[in-house]
Amino acid sequence: MTLTESPVPPPRADRRLSTSKAMVEAIALEMDRDDAVIYLGEDVGAYGGIFSSTTGLLERFGKDRVIDTPISETAFVGLGIGAATEGLRPIVELMFADFMGVTLDQIYNHMAKIHYFSGGNVKVPMALTTAVGGGYSDGGQHSQCLWGTFAHLPGMKVVVPATPADAKGLMTSAIRDDSPVVYMFHKGIMGLPWMAKNRRSIDVVPEGEHLVPIGRANVVHEGSDITVVTLSLSVHHALDVAEKLAGEGIGVEVLDLRSLVPLDREAILTSVGKTGRLVVVDEDYLSYGLSGEVVATVVEHDPTMLKAVQRLAMPDVPIPYAHDLEYAVLPRQDKIEAAVRRALG
Amino acid sequence: MSTSLSAAAPVPETTDSGSAGSHLPDEVRLSLYETMVLSRTFEEAILREYHADKGPGFDIGKGLVPGEMHLSAGQEPVAAGVCAHLTTDDAVTATHRPHHFAVAHGVDLRKMTAEIFGRETGLGRGRGGHMHLFDPDTHFSCSGIIAEGYPPALGMAFAFRRRGTDRIAVAVTGEGAANQGAFHESLNLAALWRLPVVFVVEDNEWGISVARTASTAVASNADRAAGYGIPGVRVEDNDVEAVHAEAAKAVARARAGEGPSLIEVATLRMWGHFEGDAQGYRPELDSVAGLDPIPRYEQRLREAGVLDDAVVARVKESASARVEDAVAFAKSSPTPDPTDVMTYVFAEGAAR
Ligand SMILES: Cc1ncc(C[n+]2csc(CCOP(=O)(O)OP(=O)(O)O)c2C)c(N)n1
Repeated sequence: MTLTESPVPPPRADRRLSTSKAMVEAIALEMDRDDAVIYLGEDVGAYGGIFSSTTGLLERFGKDRVIDTPISETAFVGLGIGAATEGLRPIVELMFADFMGVTLDQIYNHMAKIHYFSGGNVKVPMALTTAVGGGYSDGGQHSQCLWGTFAHLPGMKVVVPATPADAKGLMTSAIRDDSPVVYMFHKGIMGLPWMAKNRRSIDVVPEGEHLVPIGRANVVHEGSDITVVTLSLSVHHALDVAEKLAGEGIGVEVLDLRSLVPLDREAILTSVGKTGRLVVVDEDYLSYGLSGEVVATVVEHDPTMLKAVQRLAMPDVPIPYAHDLEYAVLPRQDKIEAAVRRALG
Repeated sequence: MSTSLSAAAPVPETTDSGSAGSHLPDEVRLSLYETMVLSRTFEEAILREYHADKGPGFDIGKGLVPGEMHLSAGQEPVAAGVCAHLTTDDAVTATHRPHHFAVAHGVDLRKMTAEIFGRETGLGRGRGGHMHLFDPDTHFSCSGIIAEGYPPALGMAFAFRRRGTDRIAVAVTGEGAANQGAFHESLNLAALWRLPVVFVVEDNEWGISVARTASTAVASNADRAAGYGIPGVRVEDNDVEAVHAEAAKAVARARAGEGPSLIEVATLRMWGHFEGDAQGYRPELDSVAGLDPIPRYEQRLREAGVLDDAVVARVKESASARVEDAVAFAKSSPTPDPTDVMTYVFAEGAAR
């Protein structure tokens, strides 16, 4: 077993994969290993997933294990729950996180609560995968992250990989976990041929079995002047900023949370303990969300730790369609850099 | 129909396509044709503009029209046939594939185009985009969330009746969406309260890459209407006049306070689910062009003496002039001011 341990970078291997290929590789390995693993959702078969989350799986594992569903999220998410309680390990894809609304009852009143209600007697070993994020003018019903909403509702783990290696390692862990795990992948880091290429969306991925423990954050750039706590695509933007500011002699530490539930509070405290300045970058909505949680974690621990704090998140506005409006609210490099400079004073 | 389920259900009335002569007056037939041509001309222009500047390769976020683009080419007979019975006082709730219904219902072309281009002069001032068009002038709306246009249509119909009018609401989905809970709950509630709604299902046989036969256990969604105690009819062959005839009955029934009905139309998605969809899952793709309903109807009207070269040319030129005017308007309109991005979250910001 290979562990991606914080703050050690992923194990070296010469092989580079896109995030989507890394995800698919993890699923295929787990399907080989355990025939209880099945994958179902809309357009996951012949199409291979709208965001290439299942490319090639149908050909390899057949229609009984890679299953196209009707457009009936309540029914097929619920089906995943029932199948999980009876011993299968379903991976159920909700095409966009934005569609959680039509199936939310199954997610938070059932998938997330059964283990608790049963006094620990019934397990729901299910992974719910879903695409998140904007940046390509898909409008306010197809561009949200919503991980704060999932994380707010107790009973499901929530993981959000930023790199190809983590996409593989977290997927493997999610499938093997006996709790329901929501696995949220940003479209902008999948390495899709039809979206703006992010240079970090194709990267080294360990061969063979690779697990990343759920609940462990990762220092992806070390620095001693300021901590940027973030996740998903924003990690890539934060790294760009960290590299730029390194040229000016400013040490930006970038902490990739990788997991919202459980949240690696220790890693946050360790980094902020070192730098004393904190910027939280979140592509989900600002109010009542991740950024407040991270800041509260530090303040509750020791309010004197913080010399400065900045929150940079999606303002509380439905995500606009027009390019200039969307870019006015997305937390991208320019805004991250400005927030870092503000926090440095 | 092979399953016992559908065999047990009441057999829906089926309308045969119009090989027989038409009972429609020439001017109605011409107007159905004009509506379809306008819609197609509009989408051809959107198609052109959409792909114009996607960079080398295809970057969905680039160009004057970024984002997902779902075009309705091939489905014009449904919108033309249904909307011919509506005025702009009636409401239409459409889907993620909304343009043909918007055009047929009379949504202002300039404002709609400007919205699709993300301009301040658009229906939603660039906030909504092509899947989120809202036009209070024609009571037109649509949604990117599958089947979620059905429930609001009930409320519109409820409000119309409450006000003592004979206005109605038309709710549209695809056949894929007819497997959503919202679809079934809406049929039941509308039937129960006898709401003035016409439910329209566009069966283009595909829900993205999933064929109807792989998603739906009954051969026709018209069968499902019986389960809710309302009339259900399936129109075969993408025939605009057959749609027109069935819609006439459903609309009259709704206006008369007799409650909702469902019309399913066997139609055709000529292009990909969205632009950029290579449709590798769709084996019969080569024959699709030959099924295009517009040349077929044009031919029929020529044979009936309703159209000749001169009329066809006039219809196409006029459509093209209107569409190019709308595109030019959109292109010359200002983009929204980024500092205004928070305006309109709440009603205080609504300036209209
Ligand atoms: C609740 C929800 N689930 C899934 C989707 C993704 N999606 C968009 S269009 C579509 C297929 C719809 O098929 P159909 O209703 O037949 O309409 P068509 O696209 O053929 O016009 C799907 C699955 C969505 N937008 N909303």
